[in-house]
Formats: sequence, C-alpha cells, structure tokens
Amino acid sequence: MKKFTQKHLLGIKDLSQDEIELIFETADGFKTVINRPIKKVPSLRDVTIANIFFENSTRTRISFELAQKRLSADIVNFSASSSSLSKGETLIDTVNNILAMKVDMVVMRHPAPGAAIFLSQHINANIINAGDGTHEHPTQALLDAFSIREKLGKVAEKKVVIVGDIMHSRVAISNIICLKKLGAEVMVCGPTTLIPKHIESLGVKVETDLMKALNWCDVANMLRIQLERQDIKYFPSLREYSMLYGLDKQRLDSLNKEIVVMHPGPINRGVEITSDVADSKHSIILDQVENGVAVRMAIMFLLASQKQ
Amino acid sequence: MPINSKIILEKKQFSIVIDRLCYELIEKHGLFENTAIIGLQPRGIYLARRVLKRLNEITYNNSITYGELDISFYRDDFRRGNEQIVPSEMKINFTVENKKVVLIDDVLYTGRSIRSALDALVDFGRPDKVELMVLIDRRYSRHLPIQPDYTGITVDTRSNDKVKVEWKENNKADAAMIISD
Repeated sequence: MKKFTQKHLLGIKDLSQDEIELIFETADGFKTVINRPIKKVPSLRDVTIANIFFENSTRTRISFELAQKRLSADIVNFSASSSSLSKGETLIDTVNNILAMKVDMVVMRHPAPGAAIFLSQHINANIINAGDGTHEHPTQALLDAFSIREKLGKVAEKKVVIVGDIMHSRVAISNIICLKKLGAEVMVCGPTTLIPKHIESLGVKVETDLMKALNWCDVANMLRIQLERQDIKYFPSLREYSMLYGLDKQRLDSLNKEIVVMHPGPINRGVEITSDVADSKHSIILDQVENGVAVRMAIMFLLASQKQ
Repeated sequence: MPINSKIILEKKQFSIVIDRLCYELIEKHGLFENTAIIGLQPRGIYLARRVLKRLNEITYNNSITYGELDISFYRDDFRRGNEQIVPSEMKINFTVENKKVVLIDDVLYTGRSIRSALDALVDFGRPDKVELMVLIDRRYSRHLPIQPDYTGITVDTRSNDKVKVEWKENNKADAAMIISD
C-alpha cells in the first residue's frame, strides 16, 4: 500500500516513486472535482495556508490559490513588494509572525536557492516550495509529468527532451529528477553555454542539435530564456537563439512522427516557440495549466492529511 | 479465510438476499423513472452493480440512472486518522436535483461514511429524497442518527470485530464474515 510520509514538499528529490504515483492518483480524483458544476470539496476546511511570494508569479500563484479555495482552506496572501521586508525584517521573522497568527501551511517562492529548506528547518508548518531560485520547482515538475501521463498513458520509457536555458531553470532540474524517478528517458538540448557542466551525472543525454533531439523524443518541453537570471551574455542574440533552438511549424512538420509539445510558461512567443506551434494540436500547454490546479490540490491534501 | 472468522452470509444466500432487496426497491420505486441508484466507493459498488443488474433483468428496464460516489474528500477523519486516504473514481454524470436517490454500501457501522456520502451527494444537486441500502447492518454501533431503509441482514458485533464482505467481481468467492481478534 502506497503511503505519503512527507511533512514538506521542498524538492522532487525527497519523494519516492510511490509517493509521486500517489500524488497522481489523488490528482485524478481532484481533476474530476474541478470539472463538475460544484468545484469545491470540504477537505481542508480547518487548514490555514499562507502564500508567500518573494518573486513575481502569475500561473503558480493563481494555481495555488485556486487549488486552496477548491479545497476550502483559509488563505492569506503576501507578496514581498507590499510587505515589511522593505523595512528590513528578516525572512524568519516575517514568517514567524505569520505563523503566530496560526497558519498550518506555507507556500513560498523565493529567489534564493534553498530558501524553502532553510524555512523548513526553523518553522513548524508544512512548507511547499513554489520555486527557490535556480534550485527546484517541484509542483511544476509533478504537473508536467502528470500531463505526460494523461496524454501518453504513462511516463515510464517515454523519451522527453528539455530544450533551452537548462542552466538557469529550476523547472529543468525538477523535471529531470521527477521523470527519471518515473522511469522516463531524458535529454537536455540547448547551446553549450546554457547547459551546466556535469549534467550527465543526473543520467540525462546532452544534445546541441535541436533537430536530432526532436527526432529522438516523444515529448519536447520548451523552456523560456531566463534573461532576468543571466548575469552575462550566454549567446549572441535572441534572434540567433530562436533560429537555432526555436520550435516552429516547419521543424515540427519535418519530423516523421507526432510529438507532444509542452511549455511551463510564461511563453516568449517567437523566441523558444512560435505561435502556430504553441496553439497547435500538438501543444498541451493549457492542459498543463489545468492539471496544475489538480496536482497542487493533491499535494496540499496529502501534506495536510497527516495526523495532527 | 482468517482463523477467527465466522461466515454470516454464504455464497448461495447472496443472490436470495439481493433478489429480496431488488423487489423491495421495485415496490417503492416502480419504474425507476425519477430514481438514481448510487454505489459508494470503494466497496459499496459491488453490491450496487449487482442490484442494478438484477433490476435490469427483473424490470426489463435498462435505463435506470446509476452512479458511483467517492467520499474520500468529504471524510470527517481527515487529519485525524493514520490510514492513507486514496481516492477512487467518482462516476456521476447526472445531477441528483429533485431525484430519489438510493445510496448503496456493503456494511453500515458507525454511520460516518454515510454522513460523508450525504455531504458529497449534495454537491451534485438537491435530491428529493435519499434512502440507504446496505448488505449488512451492524446494529447498536452507530455514532450518528443514521439508519438503513433496506437491509440485507442485521448482525450483532463487538467494537473490535471486523465485518468483511468479499465479492466474486473482486476475485474472491461471495462471502460475508465477522473477524474477531
């Protein structure tokens, strides 16, 4: 019997394969809930959750907030720009003050890698990492794998290529770990300057030619170039990047098979992916967003379900 | 079969009891025009599917509204029990608004599952009437004021006994038993 034993969700690397599968089975249940006329269940009615975002976010924040509301949790939202952080308060003090108001769970996004782990060592609440710098983004990886499972029936033995800014992407790292745990084959593809050294040690293939990668894969996950995290220039121009690594209709049509196209958002249309591909039948980008709510409901449900 | 168990319903008694339950339903619901049969996940669905099949055979009516309700997200022991809650499939593609609903479960014990089921049910509309059918009623053990309308058999048990129903659809022989510590 599968059992979920985590107190926090800090990174994919802490989860077992059984726990990931249990999250998916639970998310299946929530997916039917969010598709019926009354989209709400009372499970978390005695749970209070704080959403603490030190970095900008649209999809993840709204997705978490909707998931919490569908579970009947009470929520408080907090974003760094409108808080006392600008008055010099430390992270722990801020969070401890929020916890003193009896909060059971904290969802946090922070620009510093390891911020969620640091918080979990000092604070007695369930912590969910909604992205910590260039480190991990576990809920995105889980919803990506869930979407592959939904589209292709299973994740094991599928070939997934992650294309783009692997170096600055927490989505890439979490995706690699998650897909490997579920038995998929993973390849990363991009300019050598954007592929971290020793990435092979995670058990992934490395390819610099996009067409070779596309011909190999069942699924292509296109990442955004994270200009805000790049301190130096890693490639000559966005135009050149787009010519070499952008996915367009012509490239997709030249393959002798159908592949699934994914993107974690936000999309830079015309850079890593063109509009005709992003809006085509190959793309499951909006399914990913819908599944995000179900998967996050499952994660919060499982974290909260442990005996108090 | 575990050592300390006592059979309370044998294979050949299953069809007799289910037939009687079906006739009781027909007596009250006639042609089932405005009635929905709903089995409770995970274990009530075996009885519910059998009842539905027999009703189809007896009444020559293959259009009886049927669904399966999962109560995982409505349970009152969430955050309190040690058991891992794993949801089952919810199969209700109709609204229960103004319908007569017959909830079907295998064993009625404390009544807490049925309370959760009532909560889950109203998320699909406001039923006109809700009735309860169970194969086995463990009497004198209710924690809530809930009673069945249609009962297969009634048994007296101690609180540390377990009542288990096995179904041939679940790769076991049809049998109901009390397992004592």
